[in-house]
Amino acid sequence: MSVFLVASAIKIIVVFTVIMVGVALLTLAERRICAWMQDRLGPNRVGPQGLLQPAADGLKNLVKEETLPAQADRVLFMLAPTMSFVPALLTFAVIPFATPLPTRWGDVDMVVADLPVGFLYILAFGSLGVYGIVLAGWSSNNKYSLLGGLRATAQMISYEIAMGLSTVAVLLIAGNVTLTDVIAKQSQSLFTWNVFPLSLAYFIFLVAAFAETNRLPFDLPEAEGELIAGYHTEYSAMKFSMFYIAEYSNMVTASALMTTLFFGGWDIPFTTWDNTPPWTILKTLATLTMFSAKVVLFLFLYIWVRWTLPRFRYDQLMALGWKVMLPLALTYVTVIATAIWFLHDGLGWTYDTRFALALFALNLVLAVPLFFVLDRGRIVAGSVVEA
Amino acid sequence: MNQPYLAFLLLLGFVAFNAVLLIGLSHLLAPRKPTALKDSPYESGMPSLGSAHERFSVKFYLVAMLFIIFDIETVFLIPWATIYLNGAGSTGGPSTGFLLVEMLLFMLILAVGYVYVWKRGALQWN
Repeated sequence: MSVFLVASAIKIIVVFTVIMVGVALLTLAERRICAWMQDRLGPNRVGPQGLLQPAADGLKNLVKEETLPAQADRVLFMLAPTMSFVPALLTFAVIPFATPLPTRWGDVDMVVADLPVGFLYILAFGSLGVYGIVLAGWSSNNKYSLLGGLRATAQMISYEIAMGLSTVAVLLIAGNVTLTDVIAKQSQSLFTWNVFPLSLAYFIFLVAAFAETNRLPFDLPEAEGELIAGYHTEYSAMKFSMFYIAEYSNMVTASALMTTLFFGGWDIPFTTWDNTPPWTILKTLATLTMFSAKVVLFLFLYIWVRWTLPRFRYDQLMALGWKVMLPLALTYVTVIATAIWFLHDGLGWTYDTRFALALFALNLVLAVPLFFVLDRGRIVAGSVVEA
Repeated sequence: MNQPYLAFLLLLGFVAFNAVLLIGLSHLLAPRKPTALKDSPYESGMPSLGSAHERFSVKFYLVAMLFIIFDIETVFLIPWATIYLNGAGSTGGPSTGFLLVEMLLFMLILAVGYVYVWKRGALQWN
Protein backbone atom coordinates (compact mmCIF):
# COMPACT_ATOMS: atom_id res chain seq x y z
CA MET A 1 0.00 0.00 0.00
CA SER A 2 2.69 2.48 0.96
CA VAL A 3 4.68 1.40 -2.12
CA PHE A 4 1.61 2.13 -4.19
CA LEU A 5 1.21 5.57 -2.61
CA VAL A 6 4.85 6.50 -3.13
CA ALA A 7 4.80 5.23 -6.71
CA SER A 8 1.58 7.16 -7.40
CA ALA A 9 2.95 10.35 -5.88
CA ILE A 10 6.11 10.10 -8.00
CA LYS A 11 4.11 9.38 -11.14
CA ILE A 12 1.74 12.29 -10.45
CA ILE A 13 4.54 14.78 -9.95
CA VAL A 14 6.52 13.54 -12.96
CA VAL A 15 3.51 13.47 -15.31
CA PHE A 16 2.30 16.88 -14.11
CA THR A 17 5.75 18.37 -14.64
CA VAL A 18 6.13 16.76 -18.06
CA ILE A 19 2.76 18.11 -19.18
CA MET A 20 3.48 21.62 -17.88
CA VAL A 21 6.93 21.72 -19.51
CA GLY A 22 5.48 20.12 -22.63
CA VAL A 23 2.79 22.79 -22.79
CA ALA A 24 5.42 25.50 -22.38
CA LEU A 25 7.50 24.04 -25.19
CA LEU A 26 4.36 23.59 -27.28
CA THR A 27 3.52 27.29 -27.10
CA LEU A 28 7.04 28.02 -28.28
CA ALA A 29 6.81 25.34 -30.98
CA GLU A 30 3.57 26.86 -32.20
CA ARG A 31 5.15 30.28 -32.59
CA ARG A 32 8.32 28.95 -34.18
CA ILE A 33 6.49 26.64 -36.61
CA CYS A 34 4.02 29.40 -37.48
CA ALA A 35 6.96 31.71 -38.19
CA TRP A 36 8.66 29.02 -40.25
CA MET A 37 5.50 28.50 -42.33
CA GLN A 38 5.19 32.25 -42.87
CA ASP A 39 8.89 32.62 -43.71
CA ARG A 40 9.74 34.55 -40.53
CA LEU A 41 12.09 33.80 -37.66
CA GLY A 42 9.77 33.79 -34.64
CA PRO A 43 10.91 34.26 -31.03
CA ASN A 44 14.61 33.31 -30.93
CA ARG A 45 16.24 35.80 -28.56
CA VAL A 46 15.52 34.45 -25.07
CA GLY A 47 17.86 31.54 -24.51
CA PRO A 48 19.22 29.24 -27.23
CA GLN A 49 16.73 29.16 -30.14
CA GLY A 50 14.23 31.00 -27.95
CA LEU A 51 13.90 27.98 -25.64
CA LEU A 52 13.51 30.17 -22.55
CA GLN A 53 10.77 32.30 -24.11
CA PRO A 54 7.94 30.34 -22.38
CA ALA A 55 9.70 30.76 -19.01
CA ALA A 56 9.99 34.50 -19.60
CA ASP A 57 6.31 34.68 -20.60
CA GLY A 58 5.27 32.69 -17.54
CA LEU A 59 7.27 34.90 -15.20
CA LYS A 60 5.85 38.03 -16.80
CA ASN A 61 2.30 36.75 -16.39
CA LEU A 62 2.93 35.95 -12.74
CA VAL A 63 3.94 39.50 -11.77
CA LYS A 64 1.72 41.41 -14.18
CA GLU A 65 -1.20 43.52 -13.05
CA GLU A 66 -4.58 41.87 -13.40
CA THR A 67 -7.73 43.64 -14.41
CA LEU A 68 -11.07 42.75 -12.90
CA PRO A 69 -14.07 44.24 -14.71
CA ALA A 70 -16.19 46.33 -12.35
CA GLN A 71 -19.47 44.59 -13.15
CA ALA A 72 -17.98 41.10 -13.19
CA ASP A 73 -19.19 38.34 -10.92
CA ARG A 74 -16.05 38.16 -8.77
CA VAL A 75 -16.36 34.62 -7.45
CA LEU A 76 -17.15 33.04 -10.80
CA PHE A 77 -14.51 35.20 -12.46
CA MET A 78 -11.88 33.70 -10.17
CA LEU A 79 -13.33 30.21 -10.38
CA ALA A 80 -13.52 30.00 -14.18
CA PRO A 81 -9.78 29.63 -14.96
CA THR A 82 -9.51 26.97 -12.24
CA MET A 83 -12.49 25.09 -13.67
CA SER A 84 -10.78 25.12 -17.03
CA PHE A 85 -7.30 24.29 -15.74
CA VAL A 86 -8.10 21.37 -13.42
CA PRO A 87 -10.01 19.03 -15.81
CA ALA A 88 -7.52 19.76 -18.59
CA LEU A 89 -4.67 18.40 -16.47
CA LEU A 90 -6.70 15.54 -14.99
CA THR A 91 -7.77 13.93 -18.25
CA PHE A 92 -4.34 12.52 -18.98
CA ALA A 93 -4.45 10.38 -15.83
CA VAL A 94 -5.90 7.21 -17.38
CA ILE A 95 -3.70 7.08 -20.49
CA PRO A 96 -1.00 4.38 -20.29
CA PHE A 97 2.23 5.77 -21.70
CA ALA A 98 4.67 2.84 -21.48
CA THR A 99 5.03 -0.79 -20.49
CA PRO A 100 5.21 -1.51 -16.73
CA LEU A 101 8.48 -0.57 -15.09
CA PRO A 102 10.13 -3.34 -13.05
CA THR A 103 11.40 -2.15 -9.69
CA ARG A 104 12.64 -3.81 -6.54
CA TRP A 105 9.08 -3.58 -5.17
CA GLY A 106 7.32 -5.15 -8.14
CA ASP A 107 6.10 -3.90 -11.52
CA VAL A 108 4.84 -0.32 -11.59
CA ASP A 109 2.19 0.41 -14.23
CA MET A 110 3.12 3.38 -16.37
CA VAL A 111 -0.23 5.11 -15.99
CA VAL A 112 -1.20 7.55 -13.27
CA ALA A 113 -4.54 5.90 -12.43
CA ASP A 114 -5.51 2.75 -14.31
CA LEU A 115 -9.24 3.24 -13.67
CA PRO A 116 -11.54 0.37 -14.71
CA VAL A 117 -13.86 2.98 -16.29
CA GLY A 118 -10.99 4.24 -18.47
CA PHE A 119 -12.54 5.74 -21.51
CA LEU A 120 -15.73 6.90 -19.73
CA TYR A 121 -13.51 8.94 -17.41
CA ILE A 122 -12.02 10.71 -20.41
CA LEU A 123 -15.46 11.47 -21.86
CA ALA A 124 -16.58 12.84 -18.49
CA PHE A 125 -13.57 15.02 -17.73
CA GLY A 126 -13.15 16.07 -21.34
CA SER A 127 -16.57 17.71 -21.22
CA LEU A 128 -16.04 19.32 -17.80
CA GLY A 129 -13.66 21.84 -19.34
CA VAL A 130 -16.58 23.60 -21.00
CA TYR A 131 -17.81 24.80 -17.59
CA GLY A 132 -14.72 26.95 -17.17
CA ILE A 133 -15.22 28.48 -20.58
CA VAL A 134 -18.91 29.22 -20.21
CA LEU A 135 -18.38 30.60 -16.68
CA ALA A 136 -15.60 32.84 -17.97
CA GLY A 137 -17.88 34.14 -20.71
CA TRP A 138 -20.76 34.75 -18.34
CA SER A 139 -18.92 36.24 -15.37
CA SER A 140 -16.88 38.76 -17.39
CA ASN A 141 -20.03 40.77 -18.17
CA ASN A 142 -18.67 41.53 -21.61
CA LYS A 143 -20.78 40.87 -24.70
CA TYR A 144 -17.89 39.41 -26.63
CA SER A 145 -16.97 37.09 -23.78
CA LEU A 146 -20.56 35.94 -23.44
CA LEU A 147 -20.81 35.18 -27.14
CA GLY A 148 -17.50 33.32 -27.02
CA GLY A 149 -18.65 31.27 -24.06
CA LEU A 150 -21.98 30.40 -25.69
CA ARG A 151 -20.31 29.46 -28.95
CA ALA A 152 -17.84 27.25 -27.14
CA THR A 153 -20.62 25.41 -25.32
CA ALA A 154 -22.75 24.81 -28.40
CA GLN A 155 -19.71 23.71 -30.39
CA MET A 156 -18.30 21.37 -27.79
CA ILE A 157 -21.56 19.59 -27.14
CA SER A 158 -22.24 19.28 -30.86
CA TYR A 159 -18.98 17.49 -31.58
CA GLU A 160 -18.98 15.52 -28.34
CA ILE A 161 -21.56 13.17 -29.85
CA ALA A 162 -19.57 12.43 -33.01
CA MET A 163 -16.50 11.88 -30.83
CA GLY A 164 -18.30 9.47 -28.53
CA LEU A 165 -19.83 7.53 -31.41
CA SER A 166 -16.53 7.19 -33.25
CA THR A 167 -15.01 5.60 -30.18
CA VAL A 168 -17.92 3.18 -29.86
CA ALA A 169 -16.39 1.52 -32.92
CA VAL A 170 -13.10 1.18 -31.04
CA LEU A 171 -14.90 -0.37 -28.08
CA LEU A 172 -16.60 -2.86 -30.41
CA ILE A 173 -13.18 -4.31 -31.18
CA ALA A 174 -11.53 -3.77 -27.79
CA GLY A 175 -14.43 -5.20 -25.79
CA ASN A 176 -13.46 -3.14 -22.73
CA VAL A 177 -13.33 0.53 -21.79
CA THR A 178 -9.99 0.19 -19.98
CA LEU A 179 -7.33 1.85 -22.12
CA THR A 180 -4.78 -0.83 -21.20
CA ASP A 181 -7.05 -3.38 -22.90
CA VAL A 182 -7.60 -1.11 -25.89
CA ILE A 183 -3.84 -1.02 -26.42
CA ALA A 184 -3.40 -4.75 -25.81
CA LYS A 185 -5.96 -5.52 -28.50
CA GLN A 186 -4.12 -3.31 -30.99
CA SER A 187 -0.62 -4.63 -30.41
CA GLN A 188 -0.91 -7.85 -32.43
CA SER A 189 0.61 -6.34 -35.57
CA LEU A 190 0.81 -3.02 -37.38
CA PHE A 191 -2.53 -3.57 -39.10
CA THR A 192 -4.42 -4.18 -35.89
CA TRP A 193 -3.75 -0.56 -34.95
CA ASN A 194 -7.31 0.74 -34.99
CA VAL A 195 -6.50 3.39 -37.57
CA PHE A 196 -6.54 0.58 -40.18
CA PRO A 197 -9.71 -1.40 -39.35
CA LEU A 198 -11.50 1.80 -38.27
CA SER A 199 -10.04 4.47 -40.57
CA LEU A 200 -13.27 6.45 -40.89
CA ALA A 201 -13.84 6.39 -37.13
CA TYR A 202 -10.38 7.90 -36.81
CA PHE A 203 -11.30 10.58 -39.34
CA ILE A 204 -14.44 11.45 -37.36
CA PHE A 205 -12.50 11.44 -34.11
CA LEU A 206 -9.81 13.71 -35.56
CA VAL A 207 -12.33 16.32 -36.74
CA ALA A 208 -14.22 16.14 -33.43
CA ALA A 209 -10.97 16.45 -31.47
CA PHE A 210 -10.09 19.65 -33.32
CA ALA A 211 -13.55 21.03 -32.51
CA GLU A 212 -13.37 19.92 -28.86
CA THR A 213 -10.04 21.65 -28.30
CA ASN A 214 -11.28 24.84 -30.01
CA ARG A 215 -8.50 24.78 -32.55
CA LEU A 216 -8.63 26.07 -36.09
CA PRO A 217 -10.60 25.48 -38.27
CA PHE A 218 -13.04 25.35 -35.31
CA ASP A 219 -11.72 28.15 -33.10
CA LEU A 220 -14.88 30.27 -33.24
CA PRO A 221 -15.07 30.74 -29.44
CA GLU A 222 -12.00 32.95 -29.75
CA ALA A 223 -12.30 34.16 -33.33
CA GLU A 224 -10.19 37.30 -32.94
CA GLY A 225 -11.69 39.05 -35.97
CA GLU A 226 -15.20 38.85 -34.52
CA LEU A 227 -14.97 38.46 -30.75
CA ILE A 228 -11.64 40.12 -29.76
CA ALA A 229 -10.41 37.16 -27.70
CA GLY A 230 -13.72 35.41 -27.09
CA TYR A 231 -14.39 34.06 -23.62
CA HIS A 232 -11.06 35.26 -22.16
CA THR A 233 -11.24 38.85 -23.42
CA GLU A 234 -11.36 40.22 -19.86
CA TYR A 235 -8.69 37.91 -18.48
CA SER A 236 -5.12 38.99 -18.07
CA ALA A 237 -1.91 37.88 -16.39
CA MET A 238 -1.97 34.51 -14.59
CA LYS A 239 -5.66 33.79 -15.14
CA PHE A 240 -5.18 34.21 -18.86
CA SER A 241 -2.16 31.92 -18.61
CA MET A 242 -4.30 29.26 -16.98
CA PHE A 243 -6.74 29.28 -19.89
CA TYR A 244 -3.79 29.08 -22.22
CA ILE A 245 -2.28 26.14 -20.33
CA ALA A 246 -5.69 24.42 -20.30
CA GLU A 247 -6.06 24.83 -24.06
CA TYR A 248 -2.63 23.42 -24.81
CA SER A 249 -2.86 20.57 -22.33
CA ASN A 250 -6.20 19.67 -23.91
CA MET A 251 -4.30 19.41 -27.17
CA VAL A 252 -1.71 17.15 -25.55
CA THR A 253 -4.46 14.95 -24.11
CA ALA A 254 -6.32 14.77 -27.40
CA SER A 255 -3.10 13.77 -29.17
CA ALA A 256 -2.37 11.15 -26.53
CA LEU A 257 -5.93 9.88 -26.90
CA MET A 258 -5.64 9.57 -30.67
CA THR A 259 -2.39 7.69 -30.13
CA THR A 260 -3.98 5.36 -27.59
CA LEU A 261 -7.27 4.68 -29.34
CA PHE A 262 -6.13 4.50 -32.94
CA PHE A 263 -2.35 4.24 -33.17
CA GLY A 264 -1.58 1.44 -30.74
CA GLY A 265 -0.57 3.61 -27.77
CA TRP A 266 2.99 2.78 -26.76
CA ASP A 267 3.10 -0.23 -29.13
CA ILE A 268 6.19 -0.48 -31.33
CA PRO A 269 5.20 -1.77 -34.79
CA PHE A 270 6.75 -4.82 -36.54
CA THR A 271 7.76 -6.52 -33.30
CA THR A 272 6.11 -8.24 -30.36
CA TRP A 273 9.20 -7.80 -28.20
CA ASP A 274 7.60 -4.85 -26.43
CA ASN A 275 4.27 -6.58 -25.75
CA THR A 276 5.45 -9.59 -23.79
CA PRO A 277 6.82 -9.92 -20.26
CA PRO A 278 9.35 -10.00 -18.65
CA TRP A 279 9.27 -6.21 -18.44
CA THR A 280 12.62 -4.45 -18.49
CA ILE A 281 13.69 -0.84 -18.07
CA LEU A 282 14.78 -0.84 -21.72
CA LYS A 283 11.26 -1.84 -22.81
CA THR A 284 9.76 0.94 -20.70
CA LEU A 285 12.10 3.51 -22.21
CA ALA A 286 11.59 2.27 -25.77
CA THR A 287 7.78 2.25 -25.53
CA LEU A 288 7.81 5.63 -23.77
CA THR A 289 9.85 7.07 -26.65
CA MET A 290 7.46 5.54 -29.17
CA PHE A 291 4.45 7.01 -27.35
CA SER A 292 6.03 10.47 -27.14
CA ALA A 293 6.98 10.36 -30.82
CA LYS A 294 3.39 9.63 -31.83
CA VAL A 295 2.02 12.36 -29.56
CA VAL A 296 4.50 14.92 -30.93
CA LEU A 297 3.47 13.96 -34.45
CA PHE A 298 -0.18 14.75 -33.69
CA LEU A 299 0.77 17.99 -31.95
CA PHE A 300 2.63 19.00 -35.09
CA LEU A 301 -0.50 18.15 -37.08
CA TYR A 302 -2.52 20.48 -34.82
CA ILE A 303 -0.12 23.35 -35.44
CA TRP A 304 0.20 22.57 -39.15
CA VAL A 305 -3.59 22.62 -39.62
CA ARG A 306 -3.93 25.82 -37.62
CA TRP A 307 -1.60 27.76 -39.91
CA THR A 308 -2.98 26.21 -43.09
CA LEU A 309 -6.79 26.22 -43.00
CA PRO A 310 -9.18 29.18 -42.78
CA ARG A 311 -11.91 29.35 -40.13
CA PHE A 312 -15.49 28.05 -40.51
CA ARG A 313 -18.49 30.31 -40.34
CA TYR A 314 -20.61 29.51 -37.29
CA ASP A 315 -23.64 28.08 -39.09
CA GLN A 316 -21.29 25.94 -41.21
CA LEU A 317 -19.66 24.61 -38.08
CA MET A 318 -22.97 23.63 -36.51
CA ALA A 319 -24.27 22.17 -39.78
CA LEU A 320 -21.12 20.10 -40.16
CA GLY A 321 -21.47 18.79 -36.63
CA TRP A 322 -25.16 17.91 -36.74
CA LYS A 323 -25.83 17.15 -40.41
CA VAL A 324 -22.60 15.46 -41.47
CA MET A 325 -20.60 14.18 -38.51
CA LEU A 326 -23.53 12.84 -36.46
CA PRO A 327 -25.31 10.79 -39.18
CA LEU A 328 -21.91 9.70 -40.49
CA ALA A 329 -20.88 8.42 -37.07
CA LEU A 330 -24.25 6.67 -36.54
CA THR A 331 -24.13 5.00 -39.95
CA TYR A 332 -20.52 4.02 -39.45
CA VAL A 333 -21.23 2.29 -36.14
CA THR A 334 -24.07 0.36 -37.82
CA VAL A 335 -21.97 -0.64 -40.83
CA ILE A 336 -18.92 -1.66 -38.85
CA ALA A 337 -21.02 -3.66 -36.37
CA THR A 338 -22.64 -5.52 -39.26
CA ALA A 339 -19.23 -6.18 -40.83
CA ILE A 340 -17.82 -7.47 -37.55
CA TRP A 341 -20.84 -9.72 -37.10
CA PHE A 342 -20.39 -11.10 -40.64
CA LEU A 343 -16.67 -11.78 -40.18
CA HIS A 344 -17.08 -13.16 -36.67
CA ASP A 345 -20.28 -15.21 -36.95
CA GLY A 346 -20.59 -15.65 -40.71
CA LEU A 347 -17.01 -16.63 -41.45
CA GLY A 348 -15.99 -17.66 -37.95
CA TRP A 349 -12.85 -15.49 -37.81
CA THR A 350 -11.31 -14.38 -34.53
CA TYR A 351 -9.89 -10.89 -34.23
CA ASP A 352 -6.41 -10.85 -35.80
CA THR A 353 -4.50 -9.17 -38.63
CA ARG A 354 -6.66 -10.81 -41.33
CA PHE A 355 -9.84 -9.57 -39.60
CA ALA A 356 -8.37 -6.05 -39.36
CA LEU A 357 -7.31 -6.06 -43.03
CA ALA A 358 -10.81 -7.08 -44.12
CA LEU A 359 -12.26 -4.17 -42.16
CA PHE A 360 -9.60 -1.86 -43.61
CA ALA A 361 -10.69 -2.84 -47.13
CA LEU A 362 -14.30 -2.04 -46.18
CA ASN A 363 -13.21 1.37 -44.90
CA LEU A 364 -11.40 2.15 -48.14
CA VAL A 365 -14.51 1.25 -50.13
CA LEU A 366 -16.66 3.44 -47.84
CA ALA A 367 -14.24 6.34 -48.03
CA VAL A 368 -14.72 6.73 -51.80
CA PRO A 369 -18.43 7.67 -51.71
CA LEU A 370 -17.88 9.61 -48.49
CA PHE A 371 -15.25 11.96 -49.82
CA PHE A 372 -16.41 12.24 -53.43
CA VAL A 373 -20.19 12.19 -53.28
CA LEU A 374 -21.45 13.02 -49.80
CA ASP A 375 -20.97 16.76 -49.53
CA ARG A 376 -20.94 19.00 -52.57
CA GLY A 377 -21.95 22.10 -50.65
CA ARG A 378 -25.53 20.93 -50.22
CA ILE A 379 -25.42 20.16 -46.53
CA VAL A 380 -22.87 22.61 -45.21
CA ALA A 381 -24.28 25.75 -46.83
CA GLY A 382 -21.78 27.94 -48.57
CA SER A 383 -18.87 25.53 -48.23
CA VAL A 384 -18.65 25.40 -52.03
CA VAL A 385 -18.80 28.55 -54.12
CA GLU A 386 -21.73 28.31 -56.55
CA ALA A 387 -20.70 28.55 -60.19
CA MET B 1 -9.55 -2.66 -6.89
CA ASN B 2 -10.13 0.84 -5.57
CA GLN B 3 -6.46 1.73 -5.61
CA PRO B 4 -6.56 3.56 -8.98
CA TYR B 5 -9.24 5.86 -7.61
CA LEU B 6 -6.95 6.74 -4.73
CA ALA B 7 -4.27 7.72 -7.25
CA PHE B 8 -6.86 9.81 -9.08
CA LEU B 9 -7.82 11.60 -5.85
CA LEU B 10 -4.15 12.34 -5.18
CA LEU B 11 -3.84 13.82 -8.67
CA LEU B 12 -7.02 15.86 -8.22
CA GLY B 13 -5.67 17.29 -4.98
CA PHE B 14 -2.29 18.04 -6.53
CA VAL B 15 -3.72 19.78 -9.60
CA ALA B 16 -6.25 21.78 -7.56
CA PHE B 17 -3.45 22.82 -5.19
CA ASN B 18 -1.38 24.02 -8.15
CA ALA B 19 -4.31 25.98 -9.58
CA VAL B 20 -4.88 27.75 -6.25
CA LEU B 21 -1.13 28.30 -5.90
CA LEU B 22 -0.89 29.98 -9.31
CA ILE B 23 -3.81 32.34 -8.62
CA GLY B 24 -2.62 33.03 -5.07
CA LEU B 25 0.96 33.77 -6.14
CA SER B 26 -0.13 36.19 -8.83
CA HIS B 27 -2.35 37.97 -6.31
CA LEU B 28 0.58 38.35 -3.93
CA LEU B 29 3.14 39.40 -6.52
CA ALA B 30 1.13 41.47 -8.99
CA PRO B 31 0.47 45.16 -8.44
CA ARG B 32 -3.12 46.33 -8.39
CA LYS B 33 -3.90 49.94 -9.35
CA PRO B 34 -7.50 49.97 -10.56
CA THR B 35 -8.98 52.97 -12.33
CA ALA B 36 -12.57 53.38 -13.52
CA LEU B 37 -11.53 53.08 -17.16
CA LYS B 38 -9.34 50.01 -16.56
CA ASP B 39 -12.22 48.22 -14.87
CA SER B 40 -14.75 48.81 -17.63
CA PRO B 41 -15.40 45.87 -19.97
CA TYR B 42 -13.28 45.95 -23.13
CA GLU B 43 -15.63 46.22 -26.07
CA SER B 44 -13.40 47.51 -28.84
CA GLY B 45 -13.09 50.93 -27.21
CA MET B 46 -16.78 51.74 -27.48
CA PRO B 47 -18.54 52.85 -24.27
CA SER B 48 -20.31 49.78 -22.92
CA LEU B 49 -24.08 49.84 -23.38
CA GLY B 50 -26.08 47.99 -20.75
CA SER B 51 -25.21 44.66 -19.21
CA ALA B 52 -24.13 41.50 -20.99
CA HIS B 53 -26.33 39.47 -18.67
CA GLU B 54 -29.34 39.46 -20.91
CA ARG B 55 -31.45 36.81 -22.52
CA PHE B 56 -29.83 34.97 -25.39
CA SER B 57 -31.20 32.97 -28.30
CA VAL B 58 -33.41 30.01 -27.44
CA LYS B 59 -31.49 28.09 -30.11
CA PHE B 60 -28.80 27.35 -27.55
CA TYR B 61 -31.28 25.51 -25.34
CA LEU B 62 -32.49 23.57 -28.34
CA VAL B 63 -28.94 22.46 -29.13
CA ALA B 64 -28.46 21.49 -25.49
CA MET B 65 -31.64 19.40 -25.50
CA LEU B 66 -30.69 17.64 -28.72
CA PHE B 67 -27.26 17.01 -27.24
CA ILE B 68 -28.75 15.27 -24.23
CA ILE B 69 -30.80 12.93 -26.44
CA PHE B 70 -27.88 11.89 -28.61
CA ASP B 71 -25.31 11.81 -25.84
CA ILE B 72 -27.44 9.47 -23.75
CA GLU B 73 -27.76 7.34 -26.83
CA THR B 74 -23.95 7.22 -27.10
CA VAL B 75 -23.76 6.22 -23.46
CA PHE B 76 -26.27 3.42 -24.15
CA LEU B 77 -24.11 2.18 -27.00
CA ILE B 78 -20.94 1.93 -24.92
CA PRO B 79 -21.95 -1.10 -22.78
CA TRP B 80 -23.47 -2.65 -25.90
CA ALA B 81 -20.15 -2.25 -27.72
CA THR B 82 -18.08 -3.78 -24.94
CA ILE B 83 -20.00 -7.07 -24.94
CA TYR B 84 -20.50 -7.23 -28.70
CA LEU B 85 -17.80 -9.81 -29.48
CA ASN B 86 -17.52 -11.55 -26.13
CA GLY B 87 -21.11 -11.81 -24.92
CA ALA B 88 -20.34 -10.24 -21.51
CA GLY B 89 -17.27 -12.45 -21.23
CA SER B 90 -19.12 -15.61 -20.27
CA THR B 91 -20.85 -18.45 -22.09
CA GLY B 92 -24.59 -18.02 -22.30
CA GLY B 93 -24.35 -14.28 -22.84
CA PRO B 94 -26.22 -12.69 -25.76
CA SER B 95 -24.84 -13.68 -29.16
CA THR B 96 -23.35 -11.17 -31.58
CA GLY B 97 -26.22 -11.62 -34.01
CA PHE B 98 -28.82 -10.88 -31.33
CA LEU B 99 -26.90 -7.78 -30.24
CA LEU B 100 -26.67 -6.60 -33.84
CA VAL B 101 -30.43 -6.85 -34.40
CA GLU B 102 -31.04 -5.11 -31.09
CA MET B 103 -28.76 -2.23 -32.09
CA LEU B 104 -30.33 -1.94 -35.56
CA LEU B 105 -33.78 -1.54 -33.97
CA PHE B 106 -32.40 1.06 -31.57
CA MET B 107 -30.77 2.96 -34.44
CA LEU B 108 -34.00 2.84 -36.44
CA ILE B 109 -35.98 4.48 -33.65
CA LEU B 110 -33.26 7.04 -33.24
CA ALA B 111 -33.13 7.73 -36.98
CA VAL B 112 -36.87 8.50 -37.01
CA GLY B 113 -36.32 11.06 -34.27
CA TYR B 114 -33.31 12.52 -36.06
CA VAL B 115 -35.20 12.95 -39.34
CA TYR B 116 -38.10 14.55 -37.45
CA VAL B 117 -35.76 17.04 -35.75
CA TRP B 118 -34.10 17.89 -39.06
CA LYS B 119 -37.41 18.33 -40.91
CA ARG B 120 -38.84 20.53 -38.15
CA GLY B 121 -35.91 22.89 -38.76
CA ALA B 122 -34.12 22.40 -35.44
CA LEU B 123 -30.84 22.10 -37.34
CA GLN B 124 -31.03 25.50 -39.07
CA TRP B 125 -28.57 28.20 -38.05
CA ASN B 126 -29.09 30.93 -40.62
